[in-house]
This record gives sequence, structure tokens and C-alpha cells, in this order.
Amino acid sequence: MPAINLGLPSVGPAIALVALEDGKTPSTEQAELAELHHLEMAAIHNGSVASVHSWELVTAVDGPGTRMTLFLSGCLLRCQYCHNPDTWKMRDGLITTLDDLVTRLKRYKGVFDATGGGLTISGGEPLMQPAFVERIFEECHKLGIHTTLDTSGFLGKSASETLLDNLDLVLLDVKSGLHDTYKEVTGRELQPTLDFGDRLAEKGIPVWARFVLVPGLTDAVDNVDAVAEIISRWPNVERVEVLPFHQMGEDKWDRLEIPYPLHGVTPPDNDLQERVREQFRARGLTVF
Amino acid sequence: MTITEGVLSGDTSMQHGKAEFVSGPWQDSINLRDFIQRNYTPYIGDASFLAGPTARTTGVWAKLSAMFPEERRKGVYDIDAFTPSSITAHKPGYIDKDNEVIVGLQTDAPLKRAIMPFGGWRMVVNSLETYGYPVSPELEKIFTDYRKTHNTAVFDVYPPGVRRARNSHLITGLPDAYGRGRIIGDYRRVALYGVDALIAGKKNDRAELDMEPSTEDIIRAREENSEQIRALKELVQMAASYGSDISKPAQTAQEAVQWLYFAYLGAVKEQNGAAMSFGRNSAFLDAYIERDLADGTITEEGAQELIDDLVIKLRIVRFLRTPEYDEIFAGDPTWVTESLGGIGEDGRPLVTKTAFRFLQTLYNIGAAPEPNLTVLWNDGLPDGFKRFCAQVSIDTSAIQYESDDLIRAELGDDAAIACCVSPMRVGKQMQFFGARVNAVKALLYSINGGKDEVSGKQVAPATAPNLDTILDYDTVFANYLVTLEWLAETYVTALNCIHYMHDKYAYERLEMALHDKEIVRTMACGIAGLSVVADSLSAIKYAKVRPVRDDNGLVIDYTIEGEFPKFGNDDDKVDSIAIDVMERFMNMIRKHPTYRNAIHTQSILTITSNVVYGKATGNTPDGRRKGEPFAPGANPMNGRDTHGMLASALSVAKLPFSQAQDGISLTNTVVPSGLGHTKDEQITSLVGLIDAYTEATGYHINVNVLNKETLEDAMLHPENYPQLTIRVSGYAVNFVRLTREQQMDVISRTFHQR
Repeated sequence: MPAINLGLPSVGPAIALVALEDGKTPSTEQAELAELHHLEMAAIHNGSVASVHSWELVTAVDGPGTRMTLFLSGCLLRCQYCHNPDTWKMRDGLITTLDDLVTRLKRYKGVFDATGGGLTISGGEPLMQPAFVERIFEECHKLGIHTTLDTSGFLGKSASETLLDNLDLVLLDVKSGLHDTYKEVTGRELQPTLDFGDRLAEKGIPVWARFVLVPGLTDAVDNVDAVAEIISRWPNVERVEVLPFHQMGEDKWDRLEIPYPLHGVTPPDNDLQERVREQFRARGLTVF
Repeated sequence: MTITEGVLSGDTSMQHGKAEFVSGPWQDSINLRDFIQRNYTPYIGDASFLAGPTARTTGVWAKLSAMFPEERRKGVYDIDAFTPSSITAHKPGYIDKDNEVIVGLQTDAPLKRAIMPFGGWRMVVNSLETYGYPVSPELEKIFTDYRKTHNTAVFDVYPPGVRRARNSHLITGLPDAYGRGRIIGDYRRVALYGVDALIAGKKNDRAELDMEPSTEDIIRAREENSEQIRALKELVQMAASYGSDISKPAQTAQEAVQWLYFAYLGAVKEQNGAAMSFGRNSAFLDAYIERDLADGTITEEGAQELIDDLVIKLRIVRFLRTPEYDEIFAGDPTWVTESLGGIGEDGRPLVTKTAFRFLQTLYNIGAAPEPNLTVLWNDGLPDGFKRFCAQVSIDTSAIQYESDDLIRAELGDDAAIACCVSPMRVGKQMQFFGARVNAVKALLYSINGGKDEVSGKQVAPATAPNLDTILDYDTVFANYLVTLEWLAETYVTALNCIHYMHDKYAYERLEMALHDKEIVRTMACGIAGLSVVADSLSAIKYAKVRPVRDDNGLVIDYTIEGEFPKFGNDDDKVDSIAIDVMERFMNMIRKHPTYRNAIHTQSILTITSNVVYGKATGNTPDGRRKGEPFAPGANPMNGRDTHGMLASALSVAKLPFSQAQDGISLTNTVVPSGLGHTKDEQITSLVGLIDAYTEATGYHINVNVLNKETLEDAMLHPENYPQLTIRVSGYAVNFVRLTREQQMDVISRTFHQR
């Protein structure tokens, strides 16, 4: 699957990872690829490069103002409603250097200043590449650029204290409040998210909590209540965004030939959305 | 200007017990800027002072609104097929005589269109036949046997190369069959000085001309001067027929608005120009309104009513046009462009309460495409004004923005936009409008040795056709430059022919009477399809492009292997190609002498001709299919700008204004939720986006805040959306008045979701 053009000079597509994971007998070419892979992995580990899916200049989503949202490749969750399944595998991304990204951030500094925006790292799951996130956030703060991390919190443990020290806002996805539902939705456990949220609360880092409302999957009253309960125990949550599920991701599943579990599910109607928002409001939360 | 001095002083102050305006050089010679600078009151507050519509305004608008459905259905409401229009040809007309505070119509009834045969008789006949009106045999004889028209004259002098380029759609939309427009008379002069003083000034000019040797230029200038004076006298007569004496200066706010409007009305009675723009009037009018508010003669409601009524008149300016014209300029536009805001050279904002009042008309009488309200945007504008503009954009999609800094640096702080994006000093500058060339077709010609990719005809001079199996960038680019050189020469030749004859046979007497004696003229060339050219060259450079040839060896298609950077993603690899092409073409244009030594400029603007240009152009190396529309103006191709609205805009912002001083147009559509959750958040976001774009030296942006579903519903149920307004390319249209094809083009454009 060719990575989309980033408009950034890059070390090269992460095809080396494919060669290795396929486990074929190493030929000379493959040995070279493996060597390249080794170098790349080392670079990802020290954060001087990242496996990037794409970037976009966005407004009014992914944090305040106009932001450069950088989508990193790689995620351990397999959310049924994922609208970016093409970001699941780190090897599908384009290896991009920190330096190139910082050059682009400098170019957009004026835009960020004019709009009160900044950098948002999203994915995929950005904390799959924590060293890179730590380094780019440090660079942002040196440049006076606001930083936002869009995460499920599942890999919260990977976030270093330095990373958190340079983090201005977290968009924290609380995908479900009931442990069983969380597992059904994502294939993983809820607990790491709770732990990460507690840690952010202790450090007083502002959080915008997000909840994707999927009829028949996440909309049960007790599930929503459980999410609201979790969120309301964190005083650093500034707002809750209830994101109505949409079907715009389905064609990506089809293209990747992955069976799409939510085929035919209709987006939540206004009544349902209002009911859910009211559940959050009832706990004194600011809800969008 | 010694003669004017005596006439001007004394008349402009202390009449009817009004407080005197601050005196200055404006009293000694015509100097509107000086008057404004000394007498306007900047307003830095918010929109809370504004008043809603009066019952009178609402009543007059309701009368007109009831007529619009019939006009939309028939294409025209009515035509006076027998009276060639002039400043004085028609009797006074009214919408609702007793309730109009500002009066005057182009003909004797609202929405009744006039014929203007001096531009060309064939177009008049074509229009009348289209709408089922009779053609007067007497007029036919006059305008074919006795009186030559502009259209006939131009074709008398076109060389064959121009005709070939025109017939093959390499150059289209030329103003050789319609009025060139894009001239802004300084209509304020009539209000400030009265016509007597203006005539005295023109007579003074004439005295100077009489002292010069009678060369061709001077003789022409003397004849034009005589025509200007004649037009001014007719203007006084026309205003008198409505009961106003405009020979003397306006004394009250109502008179100032009325005198100003009479001057503009005279222009649109006389000329069927493609764009009949209004100028930069809000700070000027505000000086009169403030004075009347201060002495209690009017209230805020009264002030708003004046502007509402003026805007009602500007909304119903109509011209009789042919279906071919409507293809290029869809939706019956008149480009009554009014420029609002900006910052003065002394740093004070030129924002007044009257700038707000103009915007308020979009609420008081609903959204509308005309007048084409244009905000000269600057990040230093007062916050209240910026937020109100953004709010109006979000609510109506009816306004456009241009960079105040870029315009002021070049033209000072009394410049206005003509048409969509053409800046000019009011009363001191005019342009020779030149439509545009199809830069995409030129690229295809250069690959095919000068042959047309659709017809196979040899149009450009024959060169060796490209025989490569995989196109080589350097070869293609070198050949493209050869074709462009020829095109530039052919293009300037065409424009020189057109404007020589326009001056001779369809001279804008009144508009030019409201200009200085010595004016700057620009030759406004233009390019269509820049993003297709950039993407095509990028594909050739960064991917593998194989030409597909037909049996005659003509390249009719291309296959592309691999990825390539596309214009509209803030990627220098391809954006630099667009810049290079644009700069090179500008320099090629500059090599050729122009009529009246006009300064060469160009625009990256298509109006709605991106659809017809695309229709006439074959498959392109970027993967665009034959017949598919180009992107409008300087826009990236639809759907290829994948890095968000601002990244798309930043690519366009890289195109240097210095090489396209007639303007660079960008049209963007964002869905409301793409700007934020709440109205307040949406306003903040939009203000920030326009700030960011103009600070990155972006020149122009049309902002639509719309859902695709709204447009789709409007196609199905046009009757529910009579006032749905959408910015298309430097102007706005009633969406329901576009053809189906143009509606589909608008809907297929990128709707930025975020």
C-alpha cells in the first residue's frame, strides 16, 4: 500500500519492515533491506524519525485554532468504528525525519500564532512512537508552539515525564466506560486509559475527553454513564466531545480488504445524541 | 487646476446650516482621498449599533422579490427592444415611487433590460431572439448600414493568428463581443463637487490640451474630453428628470447617497460593461451620515435605510446578454463591486459605521450576490469589524476578501476592486480587460507540434511534435515555452485590436468623465488552468507519463505510472512549477508593446469560464479527463488538495502578486462544522484563517460556509432557495440561477470538512 505523498523529503518508505516481517529467506537484497530496517527502527526508537501516515492543516478539530495534525502510523487497538484503518500498521507509513517536520512547523508558526493553534499528534496511536513525540514536543516548546496529543491512552505508560512536561493539551478518547464494552469495541483493556487519565489529572494537564457514539455498540445508557463517571473524576477535563459515528471510513476498510464490522449501522440520530450529551451535562461537564 | 479652484471653493460648505467639513486641498482641486482623510470617523466598535430594516425597506424589497421568480423562469423579466440606451434615453422609473428614499432605474421600469447596440448589433439581435422579442428593422439598418459597432470594428483588424487562437478556444472570453467593463468611475466626485465643478475641471483640461500640438494622441484626448463633458451634461438632465439638481454638491446624507447613485446609474445606462464596479464609497458616505447623525437630521434607522435602499438599487442592475456570454460569466453577474475596510496610509482603519451598514444589508434584505461586497482585509483591522465580516461570511457566503497590504503597497489607500480581483486607484486608473488564455491547451499544443488535441488542426506555428515514449520534463518544458511565447504575442495583439476599437466605437464617456485627465492604464492579461498545468508538469517530472497517440500520431491521452506532488498541498516541489510558469508568461507578455502604453499585468482568475475552458480541452498529463472543468482561478484541482483548506490556500499564497497585479483568485468552501462547534468559535476560526492567509501574502479568497447537502437540495428544490448565495470565482451568484452543469461543477469542488 503506497503511502500518500507527504510533501516532505523522507528517508524512504518503510518497506524494509515488510520484508522482514514476511520472514522470507534473506537474499542479499533482503539483507540490505534488513540493515535499512535496523537503521530505521533505531531511528524510530531514538525519535529522530517517525513513521508518518499523513499531515493536514485543520481548523476547529483536534484542538484549538488552526493546527498541523500529524497522523502517525501504528496502533494496537482495533476499534470497530475506526475511520483510519490504514494507520494501523507502522510499516505502512512513510519514514519522515524530525528535522523536516520541524522545518514545516516553523513555516506554520505564523498560522498558529494568528489562529491560536499549534501541533496535534494523532494517528494511529502516537504513543507507539513515544521518543519521537517527546522530541517534537520539546522542539515545539522551544519555538513557542502549542502541543496537543490525540490518544486512546492505552500506551500511556510509554509517555515519559519529559513528554508530559511539554504537553499542553490531551485529546483523550474514552471509547467506553464498561470494561467489557471497551474490549468489544477495541479488542483491548480499559484500565491503561484510566491510569493515564489519572496521571494527567495529577499533573494538571488539560484534557478534552472524546467519546464516539455508535448506535448498538457504545450507546447503552449504563456504558455512557460509566464514561461520564470516569471523566467527571478528572478535574482537568475542560470539555467532552461526543462524536457521532459516521460511515465515511467504510471505503478504507474495503480497500484494505478487511471485513467491516459496522456495515449498515446508521449514524446516531439527534435524539440519541442529545440523550447522551445530557448524560454528560448532568454531571456538570461542558459538552459539545 | 486653476479654473476648478474658483468653482470648487465656497460651494461645499455652510449650506442649509450644515456644519462645515474639515477644509483642505480637496477644495482646490479634485481630491477625494484628501476629503475622506480629513473628514471620516474610524469606527473600532462592534456591530451592536446596527439597525434592522424599516417597514419601507422591507416593502420595496418585497415588491421586487415577487418579480424575481418570473425573471428566473424566463431569463429576463422584460426588455425595451426599441430604445438604444443612453444616459437620458429612458423616462424615470420607480419600484414604488412613494416609498423609495433613493431613486433611479436603468429603464422606465424595474428589471426591464435595455439594448446597448454600440458594442455590437449581432449580440443585440441574438439576445432579443433568445428571449422572444422583436428586432426593430429600423435599428437594424442603423447599426449595420450607418453606424459601425465595436464588434464589427475589432473583426476588421484581427490578424489570422488571433482568429485561429480564438476559434480553437486557446484564447476565449475576449471583450470583442461585449463591453470590456472593469472601469470604475469616481462616482463620489458628483456628490462632493456637483457636476458644474466637474465640467469646469474638464474644460480646464481641455484648455491644456488645446495648447498641445495636434498629434493623434492629443486629438483623441480632445475628442474624449468633449464626449466626457457631453456625458456630464446628460447626467444632470437625467437626475433632473427624477427631480434632483446635481449640478451643485450634495448637502445631506440622503443627497450624497442619491448623487453618488445617479452618477453610477448614468454609467450603467450607457455601458454594458462585463463588470460595472462601484468603487470604495463607505468612508466617503459615512462623513455625510455622521454629520447628519450629529445634527439630529437622521437616526441610525434612517442611515441604514439609505444604505439598504441604495443596495436594493445596486442589486437590480441588469444587462441584456447572450447565452454565449452567460456560459463564461454564469448567473447574470454585474460585479457591482464595493470595497470595504482596509487601513489608511496613516495607520487608521478605513472602517466606518457605514462599512458595517453595507454588510448589514445582507441581513436586512437577505443574502444576495450583488453588490459584490469585498473586504480589504488586514490583520490590523478592528476586531469588531473582523468578527462581523466573518459572521456575515458564515451566515451568507456572500462576501470576499482581498489583501489590503498588497493593494495599499502598490496603489495607496484609495484603491478599489473592479470586477473580482482587479485593484485600481479610483478615478486615476483604468484597465483594458483581457479575459484569459487557456494555458493547459497551450501545453497540449506544445506536445503536439502546435496542433489542436481535439480537432487536429494546426493552430500554433508548426514545431516538431514530441515523439518520446515517456515524456521528458526538460523537453516538454522547453517546447512549452516556445508555444507560450507565440501565445503571448498573439494575445497582446488581440487585446490591442480590441481596446483600440473599444475606445473608438464604445467609449465609456461618463465613467471616464469621472477620472483625472492623466490616468494609468493597465493591459490586463490572464491565465486559466494554472493548477492543471502545474500538476501536469509535476506528473511528467516526478512520475512516468506515457503519451497515447491516435492513428495520425496526435497525442490524445496520457498514462501515468507512480505518484506525483499536486498543487494545493503546500509542497514546493510542485508549487514552484506553478510560480515559474506564471512568472515566465508574465515576462513574455511584457515583451509586446501595448495600445496607449498600458502597463502589462495578468490575473489568475477564470470567473466561471473554467467550465467552458475545460470542456474544450482534451485529456491532460495529470490525469484530468477530456472535457472535465479546470479548477476556478488559481484553485488547486478539486479533490487533490488533501492537506486541509489552509494548506491549499498557502500553495496559492505563494503565487507572487508582483507577477499578477491584476489579481489571483482563490475560492474555498468549508462546511460550518469545519470551523468549530459554536458560532463564536466559528467566527474566531475564520478570522484566524483569513489572517493567516493574508499574512502569508495570500491575495484573494472567496469564503463559502456551506454544506454540500444544502446545494444538492437547492438543485432539487430551487423554489425554496431564491436567495441562496455562493461565491464562485471572484464574485457571488444566486446558486439557483446557474446552469445545471455549473451547479454540478460547484458541488464537485472540494468541501473542506476541517
